[in-house]
Amino acid sequence: MSYHPNAILRRARLARVLLFASFTVLGGAFFRAQVLQNAEYVVQSENNRLREVPLPGARGTIYDRHGEVIAENLPGYSVSILSPTEDSLRSALTTLSKVVQIEPAQQELAVRRFRRARTRPAVIFNDASFQVVSVLEERRVEFPGLIIQSSPKRYYPDGAAMAALIGYTGEISEDDLSKPKYESYKAGQQVGKTGLELQYEAQLRGKEGRRFVEVDARNRVVRDADVRAEEQPVAPPPLRTNIDLDLQRFAHEYFGDSLRGAVVALDPKTGGVLSLYSAPSYDINKFIGGVSSSFYESLRVDPHRPLVNRALTGTYAPASTWKLATAIIGMELGLVTMDTHMQTPCTGGYYYFRVFKCWDKRGHGDVTLAQAIAKSCDVYFYQLGLKIGLTRLLAGGVSLGFRDSTGVDLPNERTPRWPESTAYFDKRYGARGWNRSVVLSLAIGQADNAQTPLSMARFYAAMATDGMAPTPQVVVRDPERKQILNLDKAQLASVQLALADVVSRGTAAGAQIQGLTIAGKTGTAQVNGQLDNAWFVGYAPANDPKIVLAIIIEEGLHGSTAARAATKMMERYLKARLTMTAIVND
Amino acid sequence: MPGISSLRRQSIDLPLLVIALLLTGFGIAMVFSAGQIDSPTPIIENAWKRQLGWFGAALMATWVISRGSVRFIEWSAWPLYALSCALLVLVLFVGTGAGTAASVKGWLTIGGVRIGQPAELAKLATTLMLARVLAAQRESVRSLVDLWRPLLVVGVPWLLVMAQPDLGTGIVFIGICFAMLFWAGVPWPLLLLLASPGISLVLAFSTGVWGAWFLVLVALVLWYRPYLLEGIAIVLMNVIMGGVAPILWDKLKPYQQKRLLVFLDPSVDPQASGYHVTQSKVAIGSGGLFGNGFTLGSQKRLKFLPERHTDFIFSVVGEELGFIGVSIALSLFLALFLRTTRVASRANDAFPSLVAFGLVSAWFVHVMVNVGMTLNLMPVTGIPLPFFSYGGSFLLVSWTAVAVLLRISAEGRGQPDAIGL
Repeated sequence: MSYHPNAILRRARLARVLLFASFTVLGGAFFRAQVLQNAEYVVQSENNRLREVPLPGARGTIYDRHGEVIAENLPGYSVSILSPTEDSLRSALTTLSKVVQIEPAQQELAVRRFRRARTRPAVIFNDASFQVVSVLEERRVEFPGLIIQSSPKRYYPDGAAMAALIGYTGEISEDDLSKPKYESYKAGQQVGKTGLELQYEAQLRGKEGRRFVEVDARNRVVRDADVRAEEQPVAPPPLRTNIDLDLQRFAHEYFGDSLRGAVVALDPKTGGVLSLYSAPSYDINKFIGGVSSSFYESLRVDPHRPLVNRALTGTYAPASTWKLATAIIGMELGLVTMDTHMQTPCTGGYYYFRVFKCWDKRGHGDVTLAQAIAKSCDVYFYQLGLKIGLTRLLAGGVSLGFRDSTGVDLPNERTPRWPESTAYFDKRYGARGWNRSVVLSLAIGQADNAQTPLSMARFYAAMATDGMAPTPQVVVRDPERKQILNLDKAQLASVQLALADVVSRGTAAGAQIQGLTIAGKTGTAQVNGQLDNAWFVGYAPANDPKIVLAIIIEEGLHGSTAARAATKMMERYLKARLTMTAIVND
Repeated sequence: MPGISSLRRQSIDLPLLVIALLLTGFGIAMVFSAGQIDSPTPIIENAWKRQLGWFGAALMATWVISRGSVRFIEWSAWPLYALSCALLVLVLFVGTGAGTAASVKGWLTIGGVRIGQPAELAKLATTLMLARVLAAQRESVRSLVDLWRPLLVVGVPWLLVMAQPDLGTGIVFIGICFAMLFWAGVPWPLLLLLASPGISLVLAFSTGVWGAWFLVLVALVLWYRPYLLEGIAIVLMNVIMGGVAPILWDKLKPYQQKRLLVFLDPSVDPQASGYHVTQSKVAIGSGGLFGNGFTLGSQKRLKFLPERHTDFIFSVVGEELGFIGVSIALSLFLALFLRTTRVASRANDAFPSLVAFGLVSAWFVHVMVNVGMTLNLMPVTGIPLPFFSYGGSFLLVSWTAVAVLLRISAEGRGQPDAIGL
């Protein structure tokens, strides 16, 4: 071995080169990580320590036509928890359930929410009671990661009257989350489920804000204020509707607990939906923050089926209210005018293959079309139907829009049923299973004809105005109207006159109201296995229609029942309008 | 002029002392910062005070040792070596684990109190012993067989340490061994031949790379022409190592395998084994140029960074003081090593020269492995950072080394021109 100083110095020089080289590499590695890749690591470090806590945005307020509140937001509280893993979430839930009651189903729900979005706090209570909040707030230190925050809660001041119209909101379902329409939604957020809340979800949805909390390596919240600037939630502009809340309430009161049916009221000129009600109704406020399963079950098994929205999806044989369609088709074809008599006077029945009865066994005698409308004479319309013929009657019904949905801005509207052509009967009953006598039934609004109150209201709106059918609109926007009646002014005027006669002298005479001219038509529809449904479709005032209203009362026995209800509602609306105008004029 | 000469002998290597003091001050400051977390525990919060106490003790030991003589140090090599080997054997039976090396039986514990790690003492003692053996061996080395004595001196404690099993300290022993053989003038081809079985073992995981290495080795043997038997033995060793590597891999404990795999790719196990390294990189990388400020590192405060005051203390430097702080720390280490190398090259005899270089090599391996580990340049082996990592016995041993170096420096030659360069 050599320890000569020269040899040692040579080795020392080599060692120094190695030292410099090593430290250059090491320094270079730190330069790369700290200076070149700094931004990337800053993000990772922020991701480590910051957890985003969503600040739920309030949904848009919904107003009626007079600026009365239909839907608003009340302060509420939500309880959620941040967890690193599913196991720790489960154990936290177990501990929490010793302090406040958390049903097993709620716990499962929280776990499912966690799986959907692991970095977001999993919601335990969407709408926690004040008692739960105060208990948890008191013992907050025991539950790291627990987040209690205010969360606006939907409220409908007239919730019980609004089920058919407004619908309700609820937590977005797992099915919906996977749909492209809801791709911007996150588990646990509130979404419109039915009705207007669903239809106008995009406009009503508030922009969620967010704040940040700082967590440590064990996901415990260390700081929950001033960690990073908050983004406040943004409420969307309010939604203005054509609804007349007073009329809606009145309809609710009128139907009460005993009547079943539906009512739709439109502004005949604009199609603005003044009221849309289905009975029995239920309080939609009970759906907010998650409907209780017992309440929902009671609605589901109720024999009166409150969950069915009769105004939109209830299809009923329109019965005599449809006779106006037959009359108009005949007039359009030039077959009749309001003064035309039929060959055979009414003696209480008509023979065609078999006897077709008139509703009045005594018979109406020899009547004109106008009188036939007023008295709702079936025999007259049997003959008119035969005169028109099945093919032309079907085509006429199609062009009057009885096969089309109205296009109302509400979800799940049911398209009415009306045969497009005779092929329908071949298909449905077989080529020999029916005969041309079906035209008699169709002419009086029975047989294969099923209309919603909304579609009938739309048809009568066309008759009430200039033959243009408006698209029903709940939310205020530009009216859309479509010509469906091809009658000249005189013909239209004669139709309107005949309709006014129904209330002044005809089947709805008992429903007339002093100082108010109402035009409309009753209908009494036979339904197998239950009592007759009562219809009234009409408008008022007859000379300058402000409201067109279609009402059906299930098992209401006779159209006059419906007519009484309809006139009361129209009066309510028009009188309130008069008062309103008077106040404005003061 | 004997008067000047004797004055120099009594003088202190001020740069060396200052650098060591600066490093220790920096280190204790970082131990203090490591204790400043959002939900502090008193033990770690007060660690810096205990470290300061140990530093006081270390300074006293340093004063005592630096008053002694190199002769005494040389004399003490044997008993120290024997003692540390005995302790290493003892610790195999009664040792306990700690920190990232919880399953390693490295600590001597009496009554629940951890006294220290015999491996720390063994590093120092082995360095002294190796220096003695190498200094005594004056004839030039032509064969690996000639190296049996130094290899035995390192081999015994190395095997005992590996039996703990403490891979990190094992690496330090190998580093010390090769550095001192190099300093003693063992020709580099011989060092390469000596290292070849180990290199084969590492490269065996890729058949192609191992094949290439094997060709290089054969060429080296043919060129350097060691004794025939020795050459055959080395080639054979390499073949065996290449063959047994997969078997050895299976014999590694799962956590050891994981650490090696995680070193190759920390994302294989980001939550468990890779967690330390990943969080350390995030801490360092987020520090940027100037850092988040002393005691203000969020990764540290929120405990994302593990082993903040011990093995990963350098990550705290990176997070809180940024690239500037890292550069200062690394510069201090580089300065220490350059100064120590200077001490080694100016020692007045082979023994102190070898001791000095052995000590610098031990520190060097510690710094490279520990600091490299924080950026995943080295596997996580759990060896501490000299002067920084919290731990009394290690600080004491580090300052003992400083004391020895101060003594050697004091007895060393003056200017390089004094020996005619």
